Amino acid sequence: MKMAEAQEKNWEPKIIGFLCNWCSYAGADLCGVSRYQYPTNIRSVRVMCSTRISPHLVLDIFKSGADGIMLGGCHIGDCHYISGNYYTEKRVRLMKRLMEEAGMEPERLRLEWVSASEGEKFSKVVSEFTEQVRKLGPTKVKSDANQRSKVAAADDASETFRLKALVGKEINLVQKGNVYENKLDPKELEKIIDSATEEEFERSLILELSRTKPRSVKELGQLMEVPTDKVLRHIVVLRQKNLISMEHPEGFTPTYKTIEIGGEQ
Amino acid sequence: MTEHAKHDKGEKPRIGVFVCHCGSNIGGFVDVPSAAEYAKTLPDVAYATDNLYTCAEDGLNAIREGIRKHNLNRVIVASCTPRTHAPLFQATCESAGLNKYLFTFVNIREHCSWVHMKEKDGATKKAKDLIRMGVARARLLQPQEEAKVEVAPVGLVIGGGVSGMTAALSLADMGFPVHLVERDGDLGGFVKILNNLYVTDKSAADTIRPLIEKVTKHKNITVYLNSTMKSVEGFIGNYDIVIGRKGGEDVKAKVGTIVVATGALELVPEGLYGYNQYPNVVTLTEFEILCKKKTLPKLKNVAFIQCVGSRGQKMSYCSRICCNVSIKNAINIVDNYENMLGLMEKQGTLIDKVPVEQKATDEILERRRRRRGRDAGAAEEGGAEEVKLGPSEKIEVTVFNRDVMAYGVEHELTYNKAREKRVKFVRYTTDHLPKAFMEGNQLMLTYFHETLKLERTMPVDMVVLATPLINQPDAGDLSKMLKVPLGQEGFFLEAHVKLRPVDFATDGIYVAGTCRGPADITECAFQGAAAASRAAIPMAKGYVQAEALSSVVDENKCTGCGTCMQVCPYGALRKNDKGFAEVIIAACKGCGCCGATCPEGAITMTNYTDAQLLAEAKAALEEG
Repeated sequence: MKMAEAQEKNWEPKIIGFLCNWCSYAGADLCGVSRYQYPTNIRSVRVMCSTRISPHLVLDIFKSGADGIMLGGCHIGDCHYISGNYYTEKRVRLMKRLMEEAGMEPERLRLEWVSASEGEKFSKVVSEFTEQVRKLGPTKVKSDANQRSKVAAADDASETFRLKALVGKEINLVQKGNVYENKLDPKELEKIIDSATEEEFERSLILELSRTKPRSVKELGQLMEVPTDKVLRHIVVLRQKNLISMEHPEGFTPTYKTIEIGGEQ
Repeated sequence: MTEHAKHDKGEKPRIGVFVCHCGSNIGGFVDVPSAAEYAKTLPDVAYATDNLYTCAEDGLNAIREGIRKHNLNRVIVASCTPRTHAPLFQATCESAGLNKYLFTFVNIREHCSWVHMKEKDGATKKAKDLIRMGVARARLLQPQEEAKVEVAPVGLVIGGGVSGMTAALSLADMGFPVHLVERDGDLGGFVKILNNLYVTDKSAADTIRPLIEKVTKHKNITVYLNSTMKSVEGFIGNYDIVIGRKGGEDVKAKVGTIVVATGALELVPEGLYGYNQYPNVVTLTEFEILCKKKTLPKLKNVAFIQCVGSRGQKMSYCSRICCNVSIKNAINIVDNYENMLGLMEKQGTLIDKVPVEQKATDEILERRRRRRGRDAGAAEEGGAEEVKLGPSEKIEVTVFNRDVMAYGVEHELTYNKAREKRVKFVRYTTDHLPKAFMEGNQLMLTYFHETLKLERTMPVDMVVLATPLINQPDAGDLSKMLKVPLGQEGFFLEAHVKLRPVDFATDGIYVAGTCRGPADITECAFQGAAAASRAAIPMAKGYVQAEALSSVVDENKCTGCGTCMQVCPYGALRKNDKGFAEVIIAACKGCGCCGATCPEGAITMTNYTDAQLLAEAKAALEEG
């Protein structure tokens, strides 16, 4: 216990930055050239465009124990790849929604537009974000198994066809219209995405929780804090998709176990 | 390339790490020798050392030697930023027979020593972490081949105005066959309808006639009149185009590069200063054509109003050329009106007035019809009383302006000349816009005199409105067809306003003239020549080399849903015969949008795979 406390005391936030080559990474370079100082916590990874960062990358890194993640891109309208950062913005919205679902503070993820000429801004943003993450404290992913399952479920949900297709097509559906040339109302579409996010997260969590041990609907409802009728509806969908199987009922209560796809486990 | 074969997929990584002191730039704030020692403890690291300056000749030699002596198949340099030094170290690796995609850059200067100058321990720990991240990435790298794509040595120029003709002629003179597509029935663009041109004072038609003749007669140029682009498919070097010809068969061709020079229109100032409400209120272009045709009413007072619909009124920008055009027309009318009046009386072309909806002559009606999407025919108005002119009275010209933008060497002199000729320049501000109205049959103008701080009203015989140039109303269609962007103001958007002003971000497509923003004839000629010289580079070279930074589709996972095609800003994905997504390597820029989007996870990015990015980031979370 004492050691844990000592660790807690010496804890320093671990922050990962994903910086786009053309603006934020260059802004960070200029920050260095201009000798603007910032805390040593951030470890940056260079990508060609912020649009490269899929929700899976971010959630997987949170799952591995990052305390904070910062994405840096070009200002809207200035993207080196014309429209990449519009998609980044949409994806970050999904990432934050999934983090909320997983009971993780969405403030642990930050999206910033830093241009190649904004060296000082880079140091300010990183200093602020480091402070923000410090206040939030260490991620619970490592200490709390429940939190870990939820983040894993959020990661799985982000990889589902439904969410990826919805978020991928969001800009097109709003700006150019669907196949019938009807433009969708952006707020309506956000609502659709939000409800899909909740459903996909809950389904992924059911699969996550039932991976190691068969679970009953009641048990899942309690673990997930979701009404049992809702859990049952998810189970029906998951069974239709052949993702979960019914195990030997214990007495009168059926239990369900996740079907592992592929030979990895 | 044969030497690279030894670093194939099966070989175990042998990583060399070169940590740079950069004099004291890194060494002064990071414990470089301990970072190099630490690197030796990392998995698959076969060799690690520190150098005073890795980018100096002995530093580069150390890399070459390290590769040979220790049989390295991955190289990491931990020093400054890849944005400046990556090409140097990559070339060094290649010179020692190592594929340049097996090189990893770790930035411990801009991102570490220079930003943590007061925390040597923290900075050293961070440098070690960054090196560990680099090693994690390097272990997963694969050699890449850069694809060479042939470029068809044929050009396409869209638009037969000054910019387009200049571009076509330049390309043709370099020996490339050129297809020149013009929507109108003849070449010349906007200029062909104008009267005289500024600075030279020569007639517009005479000025561009030699250019039109050269273009028409050039053996390398095929001119398609009354034609528009029907479709453009492909990518740099390999565009399949279809030209639609009015009343003729479509023409199909293959071209290597495309110059967009579709020109501009003037804004129609609906609802401003009595335009389309009172007679004798015309736009600058309409006025110029009335002068050219010598069909003017009797004039004593002419008022030009500048910045109509521009600089915040309808469009945000300054159209740049209108001050000079107004000055040109003011001088013209002051100098020549008396002669014109005599001539008009003799020929019987003197008119009572220019009625509403009859101002525009045929030349610009056609252009305007495209803009408004409706026929511009209109009813004639009843007669009005003409203003009597005393025989000895001179014409009075006033230019109401917000600022006069007579920029450059010649224009300031022309501006002075206009003032010498007693053209009055009266300033107005946006708080007090001039106002045109009718008093009986007399057109009147009220304005606020900024010097006298007084409101004044004067009778005017004609109000000339200087409106900005705007992009063609159907530019959006072309923008979609070519997958090149329009800017906020509706003009085509170049790749970089200062460094690449005639390139589009998409390789192989270039832009010139007023379709990328207001410009005068001289500037259009510059841009046309510039765009041609840019377009000629890949055609003269004969091929383009695509950096190995593209997306790769796994056909086993792809379901052909097409989401990737919707999000790609370069049109670099298409459906192949099997219905799967296929990457056009030459068109792909490697941004990764499709990879992050693909609902099936079927797309990955060369050299930036999920596995590489995750390994690099997760290495930072390990305890060092």
